[in-house]
Amino acid sequence: MLSVLAFSLAIYGVASFLGTVAGRRALAGVYALSALAGALTTLSATRFLLAAETSEDAVLPLGLPWLGAHFHADALSAFFLFVVGVAATLVSLFAIDYGRHEAEPRRVLPFYPLFLAGMSLVLVAADAFTFLLSWELMSLASWLLVLASHRERETSNAALLYLVMAGVGAGALLLAFGLLSAGSGEYAFAAMRGTGFSGGQSTLFFLLVVIGAGSKAGVVPLHAWLPPAHAAAPSHVSALMSGVMTKVALYGFIRLIFDLAGPAPWWWGALVLLLGGVTALLGVLYAVMQHDLKRLLAYHTVENIGIVVIGLGLALAFRANGLAALAVLALAAALLHVFNHAMFKSLLFLGSGAILAATHERDMEHLGGLIHPMPVTAFVFLIGAVAISALPPFNGFVSEWLTFQAIVNGSLLPQWLLKFAVPVVGAMLALAAALAAVCFVKVFGVVFLGRPRRPAAEHAREVGPLMLGPMAALAAICAVVGLLPQTVLGLLRPVTAILLPESPWLVLSNWLWLAPLGADHSSYSGLVILVAIAFLAALLVVAVHRLGSDRLRRSPAWDCGFPDPRPETQYGASSFAQPIRRIFGSVVFLARERVDMPAPGETRPARLEVSLHDPVWEGLYAPVTAFVGWLADHMNVLQFQTIRRYLSLMFAALVLLLLIVAVSQ
Amino acid sequence: MNLFLLELLQLALLLLAAPLLTGLVRKVKARLNGRVGPGLLQPYRDLWRLLRKDVVLAPNASWLFRTSPYLIFTAVWLAAAIVPTFATGLLLSRTADLIALVALLGTARFALALAGMDVGTSFGGIGASREMMIASLAEPAMLMVTFTVALVVRSTSLPHIAEFLLTHAVGIRISLFLGLISLLMVAIAENARIPVDNPATHLELTMVHEAMVLEYSGRHLALIEGAAMVKLLLYISLIASVFFPWGLALDPTEPRALAIGLSSYAAKLALGGVVLAFFETSIAKMRVFRVAEFLGGAFLLGLLAAIFLYVSQGV
Repeated sequence: MLSVLAFSLAIYGVASFLGTVAGRRALAGVYALSALAGALTTLSATRFLLAAETSEDAVLPLGLPWLGAHFHADALSAFFLFVVGVAATLVSLFAIDYGRHEAEPRRVLPFYPLFLAGMSLVLVAADAFTFLLSWELMSLASWLLVLASHRERETSNAALLYLVMAGVGAGALLLAFGLLSAGSGEYAFAAMRGTGFSGGQSTLFFLLVVIGAGSKAGVVPLHAWLPPAHAAAPSHVSALMSGVMTKVALYGFIRLIFDLAGPAPWWWGALVLLLGGVTALLGVLYAVMQHDLKRLLAYHTVENIGIVVIGLGLALAFRANGLAALAVLALAAALLHVFNHAMFKSLLFLGSGAILAATHERDMEHLGGLIHPMPVTAFVFLIGAVAISALPPFNGFVSEWLTFQAIVNGSLLPQWLLKFAVPVVGAMLALAAALAAVCFVKVFGVVFLGRPRRPAAEHAREVGPLMLGPMAALAAICAVVGLLPQTVLGLLRPVTAILLPESPWLVLSNWLWLAPLGADHSSYSGLVILVAIAFLAALLVVAVHRLGSDRLRRSPAWDCGFPDPRPETQYGASSFAQPIRRIFGSVVFLARERVDMPAPGETRPARLEVSLHDPVWEGLYAPVTAFVGWLADHMNVLQFQTIRRYLSLMFAALVLLLLIVAVSQ
Repeated sequence: MNLFLLELLQLALLLLAAPLLTGLVRKVKARLNGRVGPGLLQPYRDLWRLLRKDVVLAPNASWLFRTSPYLIFTAVWLAAAIVPTFATGLLLSRTADLIALVALLGTARFALALAGMDVGTSFGGIGASREMMIASLAEPAMLMVTFTVALVVRSTSLPHIAEFLLTHAVGIRISLFLGLISLLMVAIAENARIPVDNPATHLELTMVHEAMVLEYSGRHLALIEGAAMVKLLLYISLIASVFFPWGLALDPTEPRALAIGLSSYAAKLALGGVVLAFFETSIAKMRVFRVAEFLGGAFLLGLLAAIFLYVSQGV
């Protein structure tokens, strides 16, 4: 597989070169080459997983002299390469047409293939140096892509925050690798694996990995950069950042914690579990409050990362207590959700790109009624919305169902903290799932249904087949994996075999039924549900039309006798979210509503003002920013000194250092 | 083959019994109010009348508006068919466990709320928004009850739960009691009953469910009302099968067990309907934002029940 991957990387390189040299003229070529490389990656990863090959290694004389760069491909890398490959292929195909709407393609084309190459490299890197280098390539390329529309003020703020957070994350990972290699003094993964830690090192290592990988994945409270950055990037890049890059970050977490660190104490699982629960719930609450479509989708990424992290936390907790079968269940649920989220989130972001291309709007309050001019986009977006809301028969439900099955068995965990944490996290997950459905009723209802709120929405045109095709393909994947989840679950078997050796695989009785812990425990079949619904619905249609009436008349909407023709009288995004804002937002975001009612006789309009506070930003980021600003202000004095004073400062520093050395010896 | 016939029997029984149950609740409520009230069969006549009327569609109604009623009705119907009503071990009950059942109802609700927003009227929007608000608390509460039951039985599959509770001496458990209270509150909210919602008021602003379906007419409205009736039947059957499983036929192919199952099911439904009517008559409707407190209570009760079990098991 590594040779195929090397070939793909070469294609990415050529594409990047073409984009740099030729700019807009090479647009179709760059994206087509990227799609080709993505397809190659997908194929070789699928073959690798199906053939259950063990692993492949390669040492290339790159990077540090004499040491070289280590590459290693096993089932875990292959599964994530599979996710990256599928998404990269379809998103790149979409971009062939969509990219033409870009104002400055030279700000996107050279970096887009590099971004994909960086993500692929992270997945096969097998030493700390290569891993961090690829990680930074991925970060920097995506940062440059976020800056594509740099003339907007919002974008530069988002990019600055992203850069800072990426720096913090990479720094944490660097330190984590330092701790990991302390035992062996080696920097290759193979030598680091399971060397063990002494004393508090393991705790520090764990926290550093959570910060490093968690900040990239968007785990609350390290998520603050994610929504603005993902929303600012061009839509096809947003799809990859949200759908895939966050998954690469989770790969880093899994590789370091499950694979390299060796046996983990149970409280790691507890902490990860709670972080996941908080991330899922807060992510979706943030999302419900948004009316910018892309920002809303980005907050949903935070939510879904939370769901995956819950699965990972459960797997850690089960593994630490020797409950191997349940650990496999939780891990399989998490990894399946990784794939599922990559698919439906890419689909939804591409959908938002299609809407953007057709209307130049991403504020939901300006859209409406798009189901009429854009029927195909509406249909595939609906599939994505149902899938992300975790409703049967689509794929989002399957992975959440598996996660719930793991949670139900959480009572077998012996530790008291976990006994309390698991049902509480289960409740958070249940709330998050229900709120996601609220949010996507809002999105689809406001954007695609009702009446158009602005002329741009009224005069929208359906996008071309090159954009519809990849979206339809993603929707089809969501449906197929929802109906026959064994297709992807089967690929996961070698992955769990690596991370949880000598544990049994799920009881998957056959291709139709999903019964992970045995048939009398719980079973589900999306296909049977769909067939039953289709059959009964067909029966119903025939019966109703035969026995009752099949006539239809068109006439203006009833609306209780007072239909108001102005489109503003419809429920909009913020009015739809008002009940949720009052119930949850008044606690979490300190949401306050103030009605400014003019006195009788005054002619100015009444106003409703809503104020929201972001608890994470105001509680964590604002104090840090204020402290850094304060420090900079006070350090500023040092900048304007005479040379005499600089020399004496240096002398004082030298004396201080010598003193420290003297004392410590 | 027998099982297949029984499954068909269950599907048909649900269709036939649902309007009768609604009629019973209305009749009892009318009697409690000192009115004579319409006959028990009135809901059948209403549905039949609606089915034969023309559909009047707003000019900008999309395909979603026209297909939703069929989808909603089928989804609710199928969900009801998964619940063991008079017997366990029927064919369809394997397709989905209790969690999937909750989600299947979620799909129906998703379609209904979208249909409410399709025409772009203010009432449709307000209804959809509030319906989803209620669901955002009711659905997690129901999942917490599911966890509770699943922890006692070590299964989320409905026929297995009912069989286990019938054949094992579970005893009186505080968790199950809390779960029952929670599920009752959810059932009231999900079926748009007083005190959460009042389907019979004359002011659309105070309605949730009815405001959402204001634009529906003719056969579409018949299907939506029918779905609401089946949903009421589903919840009463669900509560009966999980908390009061006595009389369920464990072996549905045996005629005597089947007869006991059917008659006990009828008795349970009638009892459930009468209790519901008494409850609705004795309480006043809440303001819409009090509903959050009501359902928040249900959610916390469910969570409490689950935590009790998580903590008490495996020590």
